[in-house]
Amino acid sequence: MANPLPKNSSEEARDLRSSLLHLTVYSVLLLSYFFLVLRFLSKWLTDLFHHHRVEYAIAAILIMIVQAVVLETISYWILKLIRGKRS
Amino acid sequence: MHFPISGATIDPIYLVSLGFIVGILGGFFGVGGSFLAGPALFAFGVPMNFVVGTDLIHIVGKSIVAARKHWSQGNVDLRLAAIMVIGTIAGVQVGVEGIEALKKIGRVDLVVGVIAIVVYICISIFVAFESWQSLKIPLTKKERTQSPMARKDKLFFARFAQWIQRLPLGPKVALPFSGIKSISVGAILLVSFVGGAFSSFLGGGAGYIRMPSMVYLLGIPTHIAVGTDLFEIVVSASIGSYEHAVKGNVDLLIALIMQTGAAVGAQIGATLTQYFRGPWIRLAFAPLPLIGAGLIVYGLLTGHHGK
Repeated sequence: MANPLPKNSSEEARDLRSSLLHLTVYSVLLLSYFFLVLRFLSKWLTDLFHHHRVEYAIAAILIMIVQAVVLETISYWILKLIRGKRS
Repeated sequence: MHFPISGATIDPIYLVSLGFIVGILGGFFGVGGSFLAGPALFAFGVPMNFVVGTDLIHIVGKSIVAARKHWSQGNVDLRLAAIMVIGTIAGVQVGVEGIEALKKIGRVDLVVGVIAIVVYICISIFVAFESWQSLKIPLTKKERTQSPMARKDKLFFARFAQWIQRLPLGPKVALPFSGIKSISVGAILLVSFVGGAFSSFLGGGAGYIRMPSMVYLLGIPTHIAVGTDLFEIVVSASIGSYEHAVKGNVDLLIALIMQTGAAVGAQIGATLTQYFRGPWIRLAFAPLPLIGAGLIVYGLLTGHHGK
């Protein structure tokens, strides 16, 4: 495994600022996600849970995987955009 | 915010924060963080059967993110993961049936809670003892000049793991990626079976059982145990989640909200492992299960007792 190269203090400060900006942008997107998506999902999922349990189980796993991959991709591109602007 | 599936009412900001913290812990320790997430959910009013199933499906999403990171860092032994999946799936079935049996007699909260407390305390004590002893093993001259990731992992119970590897428990297999010349498939299956059973009975990925078992019983280097454990959990947790969801033990909305925070936390946690050597990671992990045990005690004392 490759050893990580040592960073100087200015590089570390830049990384910290990038990370903080990344978290801020990500948090704004998250809040939008809550109000626009999760509120509408609630009724549909509850209905599925009570009346179509197998479909609920399959949908649950698929939605969870899709959300995980999408969020990671968004997070990655936000960070890349931020670090790209600063370099 | 009210969650109609489980009947719980929880502030979503709390769930995101919980997911973020658990994500960092999961990415760093490779144990998923369910020893904190599950007890925290229980302490805030989620019924224990929903805690178990919801935490398990939450692990599916979180583990994919962390496992990809560890894969890119070269911490995943694919051969080991493939064998472990088989044992874990069998164990998951046992755990699911156990929860269903307790639901029928109305004792899920109490029984699962008490077992979790005992398990967390035992793990905490054992990991603290072993990692402290490992830290006392002096570094060689060469190791002093190496980065934490390049050093060979030191285990206080290394001889015990070597003894387990020599046990005749079925056919032998080599794990060259993990530096193991020969180990019986039965030992790997047994460890993963127990992990799967705990996972579907107590919730989450049971990395707090599986990761220490991989390190101390199988002799897998810590960084590879972290990455491989996360990689294998993606498959086994998906199967366990399906079983629990069909039986009505999963509140997907809670899991989705927690996962939004965990997605960021996991990336941070996985990156941090490259700056610490194995015994320090294990020592830092040791007190965390005690926090989980405390949260369950709080949950049992404040109104979940006897359910």
